[in-house]
Amino acid sequence: MEILIRYERCLGCHSCELACAVAHTPGKTLIAALAAAPPPRKRLFVEQGDGHRLPFVCRHCEEAYCVDACISGAMHRRPDGTVTNEGGLHSCVGCWMCVMACPYGVIQADYQKREALKCDRECLTASGTPACVAACPMGALVYTTVDEFAQDRRREYGQDHILPGLQAG
Amino acid sequence: MSERSLDAASLQMLRVAAGRGVETVWDRLERQQPQCGFGDLGLCCRHCVQGPCRIDPFGDGPQRGVCGATADTMVARGLLRAIAAGTAAHSGHAKHLAHVLAKVAGGSAKDYAVKDDAKLRAVAARLGVDGEGKDTLELARAVSQAALAEFSEKESPQAWAVSTLTHGRQEALGRLGAVPGGIDAAISEVMHRTTMGVDADPLNLLAGGLKCAVADYAGCHLATDLADILFGTPQPVVSEANLGVLKERAVNVALHGHNPVLSDLVVTAAGEVQQEARAAGAEEGINLVGICCTGNEVLMRHGVPPLTHAISQELPILTGALDAIIVDYQCIYPSLVQVAECYGTRVVTTMGIAKIPGATHLEVEEEKALEQSKEILRLAIVAFQARQGRPVEIPAVKTKVVAGFSTEAIVAALGKLSSEDPLKPLLDNIVNGNIQGVVLFAGCANVKVPQDRNFITMAAELLKRDVLLLATGCGAGAFARHGFLDPAATLRYAGPGLMAVLTAIGEANGLSGPLPPVLHMGSCVDNSRAVDVAVALANKLGVDLDRLPVVASAPEYTTEKAVSIGTWAVAAGLPVHLGVVPPVLGSRVVAETLTAGLKELTGGYFIVETDPLQAAARVYEAIQQRRAGLGLATRAFAEVG
Repeated sequence: MEILIRYERCLGCHSCELACAVAHTPGKTLIAALAAAPPPRKRLFVEQGDGHRLPFVCRHCEEAYCVDACISGAMHRRPDGTVTNEGGLHSCVGCWMCVMACPYGVIQADYQKREALKCDRECLTASGTPACVAACPMGALVYTTVDEFAQDRRREYGQDHILPGLQAG
Repeated sequence: MSERSLDAASLQMLRVAAGRGVETVWDRLERQQPQCGFGDLGLCCRHCVQGPCRIDPFGDGPQRGVCGATADTMVARGLLRAIAAGTAAHSGHAKHLAHVLAKVAGGSAKDYAVKDDAKLRAVAARLGVDGEGKDTLELARAVSQAALAEFSEKESPQAWAVSTLTHGRQEALGRLGAVPGGIDAAISEVMHRTTMGVDADPLNLLAGGLKCAVADYAGCHLATDLADILFGTPQPVVSEANLGVLKERAVNVALHGHNPVLSDLVVTAAGEVQQEARAAGAEEGINLVGICCTGNEVLMRHGVPPLTHAISQELPILTGALDAIIVDYQCIYPSLVQVAECYGTRVVTTMGIAKIPGATHLEVEEEKALEQSKEILRLAIVAFQARQGRPVEIPAVKTKVVAGFSTEAIVAALGKLSSEDPLKPLLDNIVNGNIQGVVLFAGCANVKVPQDRNFITMAAELLKRDVLLLATGCGAGAFARHGFLDPAATLRYAGPGLMAVLTAIGEANGLSGPLPPVLHMGSCVDNSRAVDVAVALANKLGVDLDRLPVVASAPEYTTEKAVSIGTWAVAAGLPVHLGVVPPVLGSRVVAETLTAGLKELTGGYFIVETDPLQAAARVYEAIQQRRAGLGLATRAFAEVG
C-alpha cells in the first residue's frame, strides 16, 4: 500500500500536516498535542506552485537514494517496506546526506536531536490508514496500491473524456 | 446507536431512519469527519481576502497571518465575532417583540394585546418610565419606544443591563469599559474592531467581547420582559414531553424556533379551527407540540407539550404522524425539508429573514397574524387528510412535566412560606446548607455529545449533593424528556436537604408533594430570569454576584448564542462550565484569560470539562469555594458517593 496523491483534489487546507504531527504524539489528540513538549513535527508538506497545491510525502522508494547516501547506516528499509532512520542497527548522526540525496525534499532536520526526521508510518489509525490520509477531507491523499490507483484513473478518464464522445457519436 | 442519544424515543426513530436510509444530523457529523483542526483551535481567519490564513499550532509553520495577526489576535477576533452573532440573534428576537408592542400600542396589531399589565408597569418603573396616569396602551407605547431606543447609538448606559444588575456589578463592568450603550452599536463595534487592521491586542479584544456580551444580556432581558408583557408571565403549568405526545388521530403541528410572536397566536388560532380539524376526520382535533425554544415559550405559557429539542428536531417527522412544522427563526435545520419530503410533513417558514428552499413560505405580518395562523393550520389539516391510510410509528415514550417557573412564579411560590420576605427561605437554606448552591443549566444540545448525556449525568450528581437546579432552553428540554421536571423525580434524585426544601415549598403551595428537582425557567433568552433570581439573592445578602454560590453550565452547547450567553454570565461574575471545548485553544493567552485571568476582573471564569462526572465535581467545587468565601460550611464532592 502506498500514499498516492490526486493533486487536482488538494485544496491546501493542511489538515494532513496537522494530523501527521498529532499522530506522532503520545496522546494522539489535537488538544493533548498542544501541550506536548517539544511540539510535534509534521512529516509531509503541502507546497504551492503556480496556483496548484502540491502535497509532498515520502515515496518510501524501492531504490531509496536516502538509504544509499546514509553514511552511518541508520537509514534502512523495514521488512514492511517503510524507509526510516529509526530503530535500525545504527543511529542517525545528523550528517544530512539523506536530505541532500532525496529528490522530493521530504526529509527534514530535527536540530534538537540532530537527526533526520521523516515519514515513518508510525501514525496508523485503528483501521490501518496513515493519519494524513485519514485526515484529508478531499480524498486528495489516498492509501491504496499503485494498480488500483491507476485503474481508478482510467475509469475517471474514460467517464469524463471517452464515454461522452462515444455516446454523442 | 446508543452512542448517539440517551433518549429512548430518539433511539427508536434513529433506527427507523437507518432502516429507511433517511439522513440525520448524526449522519452528517460522520460525513464531516475529519473536521478541520485549525478551525477547532480558532487558528483560521477569513476576515479579509489576503487570506484565508492559518497558524501552525506546533510552531512548525506560519506563526502570523498575511496581515501579521498572531494566533492570539486571530483566536480573540474569532471569539468576538461569535459573541456579536449571538448578540445579533437575541437582540433581533427582542427587537421583533418591541416592534409588536409598538404596533399593539398603535392599534395596528389587533390580534395582540398587553396580557400582563402588572409586568408592563414593573418594567416601566424599573426603566424610570413614568406610568402615572397612563393607561395600558399609553404605557405600552412608552415602553416600546424606550425599548427600541436601546438598540441604536446612544450616550447613556444600556438601560436593560444596568437596571437589572447589582450596583457592584455595574461598577465592575464600568471599570472594564464593558457597559454598552446601544445593543446594535455594540454589535457593530465588534464587527469594526475585528475587521482587518483594527484591534490586534487580544486582551483589549476580549474586553470588547465582554461589552458586547453585556449588550446580549440586555437583549435577552428585554426579550423576556416584552414577551411576558405581550403574552403573560409564565406560571407553573403541567404538561408532557417527548414523541409520545403525538396523536395518530389528531392534526399534529409542531411550533419550532425561538419566538412567541407567531407561536402564541397559533395557540389561539388552534382553538378556533378545532372544528375544521374534526370535520376533516381528525377525531382528536389539532394537537400543538413544541420544538426547541418556541416550544419552551408555548410550554411555559400554555402547557403545549414539548416534542423534542435541537439535535433531534428531524426525528418527529419519521413518526409519519407530524403534519406540519411551523418555524420562525434560529436553530432550524434546513435539512427538515429533505426529511419532510419523504413523509408529506409541511414545513412552513414564516419570517422574511428565515427561508428554506423547498419549504412553504407564508410570511406572517402582525397586522393579520391570527388569520394567517389559521391559514397555516389549514395546510396542516390538508396534510393530515393526505396521510390517512399511511402507517405511523409513534414511540410510546413520554414524561410528566411541570414547567412555568418564571422569577415571579418562583418568588410567589416562596412567598407561601414567607409572605413578608419571600427570598428568606431560599437564603436561609443556602446558609444552613440544605441547599449547597444553585446551578443554571443552559444552552443547546450538540451532536458531538451523546444526546442528553452531559445534562443528565451532571444533574444526577449535583441533585444528590443538594444543589438546586434551574434550566432553560434545550437543556430544560433534556430534563423534560428524562423526567427531571416531574415532582416524582425529586424523591428519586434530590439529596435530603434539597428534598426537604422542595417538599416544603411544594406543600405550602398545595401540591401535596415537592416541586420538581429542576425548575424550568423558559427559553434560552430567558436565562435573564435566572439572573433576576441571582440579583435578588445577592442584594438580599448584601454581596455582589461574584460571591454567590451560583454556577452556570452549558454542557452540550452549540450556537454562537450560547457563546454570547456564556460570556455575559462570566461578565456577571459567575463560573460557567462548558462541556464542549470552544475554538480558542490555539491561543494560550486567550484560553488562560477565559479560564483564569478573568476571575481577577469580573469574578467569573470558564470551566472547560468534557467529561460529565468530572464536570459535576468541578462545578460543585466552584460552589464550595464560593460558600467558603461567604463563611458558610462546605462539603467535599466525595462525601456523597
